[in-house]
Amino acid sequence: MKAYNVINTRLPRVDARAKATGDARYTADLSMPNMLYGAMLQSPLAHAKILNIDVTAAKKLPGVRDVVTWKEAGLVKYGVSPARYDEQVFCSDKVRYVGDELAAVAAVDLETAMEAVSLIKVDYEELPVLLDIESAMAEGAIAIHEDFPGNVSAEVHQEFGNFEEALKECDIVRTDRFTNKRQDGGFLEPQACLAQYDLNGNLTLWSSTQSVHYVQRSIAMVLGLPVGKVRVVKPYVGGGFGPKAAVNAMEIAACLMSKRTGRPVKMLFSREQVFLHSRARHQFFHEFTTGVKKDGTIMALHNTCYLDGGAYSSFGIATIYYAGSLLGAPYRLPNMKYDGYRIYTNKPTCGAQRGHGGVAARAGWEQQLDTIAAELNMDPVEFRLKNMMKTGDVTCNDFNMSSLGMQECLEGVRDGSNWAAKKGKLPRGKGIGVACGFFVSGAGYPIYRSETFHSTATIRLTEDGGGVNLYTASAEIGQGSDTILGQIAAEALGVSLDDVMVHSGDTDFGVDLGAYSSRQTLMSGHAVKMAAEDTKRQVLEALSEQLNVPVEEMDIAGGVVIFKKGKPDFSRLRTLYIKEHRGWEDQPSGAELTFREAARVAFITRGVIIGNGAYKPGELGGKYKGAAVGTSPAYGCSAQVVEVTVDEQTGKVTIDAMTDAHDCGFAINRTNVEGQMQGSLSMGLGEALFEEVRFDAKGRVANASLGEYRIPTALDMPNVKTVIIESDEPNGPFGAKEVGEGAIMPTIPAILNAIYDAVGVRINELPVTSERLFAAMKEKQKK
Amino acid sequence: MKKLITLTVNDTEYEVAVAPNKTLTQVLREDLNLLGTKEGCGVGDCGACTVVLDGKPVNSCLVLAVQADGSRIKTIEGVAHGDSLHPVQETFVELGAIQCGFCTPGMILSATSLLEKNPHPTEQEVRQALSGNLCRCTGYQKIVEAVQEASRRMKG
Repeated sequence: MKAYNVINTRLPRVDARAKATGDARYTADLSMPNMLYGAMLQSPLAHAKILNIDVTAAKKLPGVRDVVTWKEAGLVKYGVSPARYDEQVFCSDKVRYVGDELAAVAAVDLETAMEAVSLIKVDYEELPVLLDIESAMAEGAIAIHEDFPGNVSAEVHQEFGNFEEALKECDIVRTDRFTNKRQDGGFLEPQACLAQYDLNGNLTLWSSTQSVHYVQRSIAMVLGLPVGKVRVVKPYVGGGFGPKAAVNAMEIAACLMSKRTGRPVKMLFSREQVFLHSRARHQFFHEFTTGVKKDGTIMALHNTCYLDGGAYSSFGIATIYYAGSLLGAPYRLPNMKYDGYRIYTNKPTCGAQRGHGGVAARAGWEQQLDTIAAELNMDPVEFRLKNMMKTGDVTCNDFNMSSLGMQECLEGVRDGSNWAAKKGKLPRGKGIGVACGFFVSGAGYPIYRSETFHSTATIRLTEDGGGVNLYTASAEIGQGSDTILGQIAAEALGVSLDDVMVHSGDTDFGVDLGAYSSRQTLMSGHAVKMAAEDTKRQVLEALSEQLNVPVEEMDIAGGVVIFKKGKPDFSRLRTLYIKEHRGWEDQPSGAELTFREAARVAFITRGVIIGNGAYKPGELGGKYKGAAVGTSPAYGCSAQVVEVTVDEQTGKVTIDAMTDAHDCGFAINRTNVEGQMQGSLSMGLGEALFEEVRFDAKGRVANASLGEYRIPTALDMPNVKTVIIESDEPNGPFGAKEVGEGAIMPTIPAILNAIYDAVGVRINELPVTSERLFAAMKEKQKK
Repeated sequence: MKKLITLTVNDTEYEVAVAPNKTLTQVLREDLNLLGTKEGCGVGDCGACTVVLDGKPVNSCLVLAVQADGSRIKTIEGVAHGDSLHPVQETFVELGAIQCGFCTPGMILSATSLLEKNPHPTEQEVRQALSGNLCRCTGYQKIVEAVQEASRRMKG
């Protein structure tokens, strides 16, 4: 393997020092002179006609500078997928969930803005509230959106191979059901934004977002501004996990009010508003019918899924496709049929969350596969190994596994957990379970149909050759992309990470679709690598002219120029540099020509050296409807083994140990890879054991706080044994692919399978609370 | 009606006129411009606003500023000594205990506070001490490892 200086290391994150000292600035930390504070009026009712909105009293309150409703914001529809633009900044005809936005106020301080909000009078005519799929699909149910009678927001029917025919060859056919619960993103930083419209008609929005690009486009469209007049900047972001990937009404309201008042407007979500905005994981109702031969060969799957979508579409169009397509691997599955229905309900809108669309499907199906392995008397690891795909396999839905270390992952967790010594040999109440999964390394297509580059990058060298400025619109949201991209730039250019200054998250720095679908390392990484190579080529060309050494006989590595066929006399260049920097310390010395000297020569002969890179995937995947969702240049994969203890007196589950192996391609930063693995497992553990957004009968969130909506604490998570599997991905920069989302895939089913191993019951509804597990154990005793 | 209070924050004394309903988080952030203290929930669930008040870690969103009159407070800005990081900050940086960083200031204050009282905590004691500080990114493992490593380094 090629030796690298900067990548495949454990270098600390470039932002760690700022974050450890409190210096790192998040959106809520920003303020500007003359700034106004905004607040929003959100619907207290889940479904109602709006008869009248009276803002008179609010406008009269001293200190109020602007009050806006749909009359000011207009009726432009927006959303995530242009095929399903169904949101407005403010409701005009009716409200569709508790939290739907009706109006916003900008005032001299937050207290005044909130008081003004309370003075807005809305007359409603209440409508039937549809809080679940059954009532939303019932005959005669009122349409939440007029254009969608029956409340089906999206419907997907796919068949690859021939499911019915394949069943005839099967010895075991099982049907099982599975459902998760609506999850919350649970990121620590509530959404925040600050908008500033200046006298020249330029709008700048600082926002806690996962995608400056999509927010820029949405705001330009809704407010009728040219894209070039809208700049979106992402300061440090305190976690996103999916729900911050699309524009929100607060961002648009702040921009609108700044435009109208000519003053900066700052707005923040409270924690309760985070729950109301949601856009987090859907509740999925899956039914799986799977056919397997008696030798253990998986032959066919029919997956039916109903998604409780909430009031609007958001990412749901992608979610419904992912809920089917993400079972296409990592097992050879020649026949797969999928029927999906996403249903509108009068609840906050669901969208994308870590492992988008595939987590519940994976949990339910891996549990069913475990049941089938038991029926076949096969060890669950052996059963999976038998069906495993390999590098070069193509799924029935046309996903190309251009690298797939699935077998290595499974063997890694089998051996790492000492599976053979434990499976079937643990005392009652203790259990061990295994599961696998895979995920995309970036969506193969943008959310809007376009020929756009998915990522661009620019590198500008400082004129003294001492600094490498990397500009990218990618989104560091905590996952570590600034560090990864800085490392890739440093490696490809031949300098150290300390020499690279990463400037990211700003639409002024180019186009990048942002942090979703686990895309930053592969896609932004490609663009950055290209920009670094372009920069290096320019420097070497300039040097070549001065030294009469052909470019191909030179390279840059470790901060110095490498002359492959003997070192020329470069004393003239060194003298030049030293003369220019008379009186400076730290002059170049020694036997090697430094990068600084070479970059200085390039500047003096050519002007500012700017290298560019732009990446988009080539033609990928199948031609069928929906083929764009799940198609990716590369796929990461993983396997996990979980060990649990179940208290049979109470049903309480304790996770004793987790062993996780993930194929992330070539690991750019090994510490970051482990961090993504451990964080994914933690989110999966929460969803498996206790996370659930609950509603009262009127559609209000019953537990809109981090006290009542419980995410894992330091006492809930065990230490994870992490095994990094490195395949060499041909479509990834330096062979790298994803880890941020795929790692969550096996967690829930591995826990469920371990619980079965411990106490012999299958739980097909999350979360596995003590009560639910205790009841299931009681039920089993009766039989 | 504002009330004049005295706070000693990171060894500097401040006199601030505060409204009686202002929380300590708000006064630190808005009046003293100490923005390293984060607000994640405002109701004491998440621990992002943790500061050390008279030697004890507290959720500053649950303390009214007037209640803190006359107290000594340490925020994240007061943990390092000039350019030299506290061993807990050092290990958080080196061992990958930081991802999004929003929980980090509170987490570091809970950790330094623990190590002052109990310089050699067991893993379980570290987990217990950090259980009021939520983190959604890391799964806590590298945070716990960083605190244990800092404890080892502080021994010497």
